[in-house]
Order: sequence, then C-alpha cells, then structure tokens
Amino acid sequence: MLTKRIIPCLDVKDGRVVKGVKFLNLKDAGDPVIIAKRYEEEQADELVFLDITASAENRNIILDVVRRTAENVFMPLTVGGGIRAIADIRALLNAGADKVSINTAAVKRPALIKEAADKFGSQCIVVAIDAKRVNSQWPMANGQTKKLSTIDYRLSTKKWEVYINGGRTPTGLDAVKWAKKAEASGAGEILLTSMDADGTKNGYDLELTNAITTAVNIPLIASGGAGKKEDFYTVLTEAGADAALAASLFHYQELRIKEVKSYLQKKGVLVRW
Amino acid sequence: MISVIDYGMGNLRSVAKALEAAGAGDVLVTSDIKTIDKADKIVLPGVGAMQDAMKELKRLDLIKVIKESILKKPFLGICLGLQLLFTESEEGHKTRGLGVFKGKVKRFSSDMKAPHMGWNQIVRRTKDVPSTWFDYAHHKSLRAGGRETKKNINLLKNIPDAAYFYFCHSYYVVPDDKGLIATTTEYGIDFVSSICKGNLFACQFHPEKSQSVGLKLLENFVRL
Repeated sequence: MLTKRIIPCLDVKDGRVVKGVKFLNLKDAGDPVIIAKRYEEEQADELVFLDITASAENRNIILDVVRRTAENVFMPLTVGGGIRAIADIRALLNAGADKVSINTAAVKRPALIKEAADKFGSQCIVVAIDAKRVNSQWPMANGQTKKLSTIDYRLSTKKWEVYINGGRTPTGLDAVKWAKKAEASGAGEILLTSMDADGTKNGYDLELTNAITTAVNIPLIASGGAGKKEDFYTVLTEAGADAALAASLFHYQELRIKEVKSYLQKKGVLVRW
Repeated sequence: MISVIDYGMGNLRSVAKALEAAGAGDVLVTSDIKTIDKADKIVLPGVGAMQDAMKELKRLDLIKVIKESILKKPFLGICLGLQLLFTESEEGHKTRGLGVFKGKVKRFSSDMKAPHMGWNQIVRRTKDVPSTWFDYAHHKSLRAGGRETKKNINLLKNIPDAAYFYFCHSYYVVPDDKGLIATTTEYGIDFVSSICKGNLFACQFHPEKSQSVGLKLLENFVRL
C-alpha cells in the first residue's frame, strides 16, 4: 500500500539554507546538501527546496545546489521558487530535480502548466498554491475588525483566495477552483500552503486542505501550521492529505521526522519505516 | 562500462550518480550508438510520455541498438524504460512501444489518484503460479518441506520482501506472459512493479530515488 509522506522543506537563498520569520531577519542555517543528507538519514520521504533568491542573476546558484544534492542524496527532490518558463524547468530537471513547483508563473499564465506537463510529464509538475481564508476578520461597527473564533469560522462561508509573489499579492482566484484548473491543465500534484496557519504552529488548516483534496484527484502536500505530531495525523487522515510538509519544526529539531512517523504508525497510519 | 541511454526524457543525472554511488566505476550518459553497442551493461531510464519517448528514440536511431543489447547484456529499465519494452500503450492514441514483450501499458482507473506518487512495497511473485493459486502453492511447498516458492531474482538479492521503493507514474504494464512478473505492488489493484527475464530487469519504481534499498538494487546490477 502507498504510504503517507513526511516532507521537510528548506528555504534556500543564494545557495545557503536560511531561517527567519516570514522571510524577515534571515539567518544563515547551513549548507543545503549537508542538511539534506541529515534528513535522508532521518527517513524523510522527499525533500523540497524553496529558492527565495531575489535576483535573477543568481539563478545558477540554485542549479549548483540541486546538482550537488543529487550527487549525494538519493531521494526525491522538488524545487520551487522563481520558475517562470519552460527553460527554468528544464535546467532544474537536468540538474537533478525530480519535480518542480510552480506558483506565481502558473497563476499569471496557466498555459505554462500544460506546456510543462506535455513536455516533461505531469508527474514532475507540482502547482504550489498559497491560500488565505476570505473574511478571516469580521468588520465591527466601530470600524475595527475582530479576529474570528472557531465558531465564527463555522458560520462564515468557506472560501479561500489565492495569493502570489510569496503571499504579497491577492489574485481574486478561488483556491478550490484554481486547484481544479491546475489539475485539468496537467499538474501532477498540489503543494497547498495555508497562509492563515503558516507560522502559527496551531496545526494545518484542515478545512482548506479537505476542500481541495475532495475537489481534485491528484496527490496533495499540505503545508503551513504544523506544531506537534498530532497535527500530522489529523491532516493526513481527517483532511485527506497525501503528504505533510514542515520547515522550521524539523529544522530546529523541535520534532524529529522519526518521532512523527512512529506516532503515525502507532495510530494506524501507513508510513515508510 | 555502463551506458545510461540519453534520449532527452528526464532526470538521467540522478541515475548516473546513483550507479556511481553503488560502486559502478565507469558510467556514461550517452545517445551514441557505438558507445551503447560497446557497453557491458545498459540502463534505460526515463520519465514522461511514451509517445515522445518513441519519437526521440526513432530520431536518435536508437531502437535497433537497444533491442540488440537486450539480448546480449545485462539490461536495467527504469519507469518509462519498463513501459517502453511493451507492444502498445493506452497513452496518447495507442502509441506503439519497442515491442520486446507482448503486452499493454494501461492507466490507473479514475477511482485512484494519479500519478501513483510516493513509497510503496514490492512483493516478489511466485514462479509460474497464477496469483489466485499463490496461497495454495505456498502452503503446499511449505508442507512438503520445500524451499521458498518466491522468485529468486538477482537484482533483488539482499533486499527484504515488501521493501519500500519510490514510485511516480500514472501508467502500469500488463504483460501477456505472466512468467515475466518479478514483483507486484498494491495500488487499488495488484499491478506489475517489475519484470525479469534472463539478464533483463525492468522496474516501474525508481531505485535511484529509493535511498539505501534502491542503491542496494543498483549495486546488485553493477556486480552482475
């Protein structure tokens, strides 16, 4: 039987792993290849590199990182960040990436998904979606807004909006509809990040994840909000995700991948052991 | 020297690097007919669509040399390199493959998520025993004090049964000759995850992406 996957994510800037809160106060956190190797030893099921290098001139640096990783680590590797054209995808795949994750460029020009899937196969095209709940704050009479409680969420209509440019630009697109369109265009997998949950450590956004896993028939990686091992269990079972991703949690070893997997196994979730 | 056949379909670098890590001294990623012809062993990797793959193999004039090599020397097919060995695919208007073996390449039914992506187990098949008779035959052989009836496959030496390998595909092969089946894997159905015949082994999973167990398989190939 196919197992659920646990995926650590590395933010890479100018060839180094960086850590910070919401891309601010970035600190150097080591060499991607060494950290990738550590994750391989910890039985991570895949790796994701998110390249947050700002300038286009430095694109070659990520290719070098991917090349060095592929020489040393023999597990599936997905690379995202700054991919705009077929040539970017080809360069990453040739360097040793198994999948590429496209976000902003796919929203701006959805035909890119189809072109890429036709050329390289759906299995290596991941569409990354950053989604934020619509009306997560309610306007109040005094002109201020009130943060919604859990009860309020249940009362509100459940809608999520797609954001691009690293979560800075709203697009007006409905996340569920966009996921369906991405699938129809040939995406082989969806990497879904809840912007509301990201960084909170209060658990993945189960409703958002569930809304999308029920709408599409391709695998889904849930991202954003993992804080404890129970969060992995709920998103992989209740919300129907095929894989769960976390970054800082694994990086700072607040939780070890093995701990998460052994917990899941005890709870009856099939993981690779 | 091991030739990894380059026909522009996917991540060949990983395959070459994994072979080197598994102890291969001399690995060449090539589309040169003479080099392939001279190689001691051949690896046919690849991901993507069979139609494009056949088009590229034709354009590079590699079909003849691949078919000849399969009969002469150890051959490892990976993913698309397994599917290409069969006669016909449902993918893209009944594309014809190399036709080394009779059989079809089919798509997973729509009630399963496709691609089949992630880690799944491979289970060795018994020799020439229909799967429905597997339990009976196994039982009988154990009672008779007989040896394990499961296929003894060179490339799976020292790899435990039901080991996890990495898969990433939407199509699977259905060989006419069930005797070819080396392992099966469960994903909605029991599909054929690898075949073997003589010096040929071809698998749907990616040994080059399957960490230590994958490197073990490649090491077995390097040592053939």
